[in-house]
Amino acid sequence: MEVPILKQGQYLIASIQSALTDADLSQLREALIAQVGRYRARGVIVDVTALDVMDSFAVRTLRDVTHMARLRGSETVIVGIQPEVAFAMVQLGLTLKGVATALDLEEGLAFLDQRGRDRVERGN
Amino acid sequence: MATELRTRGATVPDSRRLVIATDKDVVSARQIGRELAAEFGFSPGDQTVIAAAISEIARNILMYARRGEVSFQLVNDGTRAGITVTAQDEGPGIPDVARALLDGYSTSGGLGLGLPGARRLMDEFDIVTGVGRGTTVTMSKLKRPQR
Amino acid sequence: MAPLLSELVSHLRESRTQLRQEWARRIALTQLLRAMTEEEIFAEATSVYDNYVEALETGTFEALQAYSRNLSERIIPRGVETHEVVGIVLLLRDVLARSLFAKYHEDFTQLNRILDTYEPAANRIANTVAVGFVQERERIILQQQEAIRELSTPVLQVRERLLILPIIGVIDPHRARQLTEQLLRAIRTNRAKVVVIDITGVAAMDANVANHLVQTVEAARLLGATVIVTGLSPEIAQTLVTIGVDLSEMATVGDLQGGIEEAERLLGYKVLPLAEPGS
Repeated sequence: MEVPILKQGQYLIASIQSALTDADLSQLREALIAQVGRYRARGVIVDVTALDVMDSFAVRTLRDVTHMARLRGSETVIVGIQPEVAFAMVQLGLTLKGVATALDLEEGLAFLDQRGRDRVERGN
Repeated sequence: MATELRTRGATVPDSRRLVIATDKDVVSARQIGRELAAEFGFSPGDQTVIAAAISEIARNILMYARRGEVSFQLVNDGTRAGITVTAQDEGPGIPDVARALLDGYSTSGGLGLGLPGARRLMDEFDIVTGVGRGTTVTMSKLKRPQR
Repeated sequence: MAPLLSELVSHLRESRTQLRQEWARRIALTQLLRAMTEEEIFAEATSVYDNYVEALETGTFEALQAYSRNLSERIIPRGVETHEVVGIVLLLRDVLARSLFAKYHEDFTQLNRILDTYEPAANRIANTVAVGFVQERERIILQQQEAIRELSTPVLQVRERLLILPIIGVIDPHRARQLTEQLLRAIRTNRAKVVVIDITGVAAMDANVANHLVQTVEAARLLGATVIVTGLSPEIAQTLVTIGVDLSEMATVGDLQGGIEEAERLLGYKVLPLAEPGS
């Protein structure tokens, strides 16, 4: 199941539509990293609203995406984690530390915009 | 399909099993687990917790043994009510279980949270393993004593 | 049906009126069921008696169980207590046994045989009714506890994007879990960006619950919300440190007022005082 990745200005938005296998997640990671490079994207949003479970493999993958994207000059934010999923995650011990999170797509975009402004202010 | 016997208060289990051989099976396992949990009346929060634990354990089978089996059993015997998940494989076994149950220990470059994490999520957790003797994880989530 | 049992049941049916009356008399004497009126007691006594005899006759107790739960559901809110219910069922047992003594007083052997049939069944009935009552009571208590928990932890929306969760009293793991679930749902519904959790009203917290608090803060972050904990007592701070929490990582402010101000600052609000009166 390939996850559609949309380009919105300088941002890439990956909307996960349904349950993903480990292979699907790996594929998504590769696709995002490639496209960040190709389009010189400044921000990546991964929308996980449709994921009913976020386990250690999913977390590892999202962390990888965040690191790789940062190396290529892009911020990543994960949006749409459901309340039950968040609760299960923290009990499992998965905190997504070092990875930005926001409530939904709107918040995610606002976050990236703010980061963009901060960057400009810092003269980056 | 699962056979369902709803006899009041009796110890008749509702059970299902499936083979874990591909990563699609891992997804199926947790979806089935979630469905059974929902049918049994677990809250959405608990359903997610059960699904997450199944995901971790089923993935372990795939990663270390390449093939195994996950089975589900509903329990309702008057003192305990809930769902028991058993994950079994004929893989290499875990040499140091105590270590494997510690956070952060992983032999596959992962987060090392699968086993200890699943244990935290579930109410009962048991693991039988030995080098060259495969691994069996039995874990249960019990319904909270209400209503 | 065994002839003895048949004889027993006939006797109880024939003597229904007077035995029921005798029973009601004894209940009044012992002053049980004070929460109910005489008419009510009589009405219920009739049902109990009939169900009792039916259970004796058929040897099955489902109907009696159902009736017992139903009865309990009705009388528990009236304040009837366990000892009263057990008391009146035992009284009925006595009344019926006495009537058997009266009837068979000239034939000791027959009396013994009848009692052999009567006693185990009567005991089972007393047990069924009492247990039914207790189970119903427990169910109601749990239900009430749940309702109290829900009421006592409102999540308040004070401003747009800002939620306050004041926690008061004792938190057990179950309540802690419920709080977290309520809070996370509220963050989502209200699109909150900052949550102030005030634990001024919490006297003590064991490691388990403290861990839960930490998990709540982490889970809220996954939903994009920042949590500020206020009212942290030195004791609870110590507990948190003991379980390995890095307090410098957790946003804490001394009191609720301060927490709200900090939250507003984070949200970009600036609260200005109104002009002084008379200026």
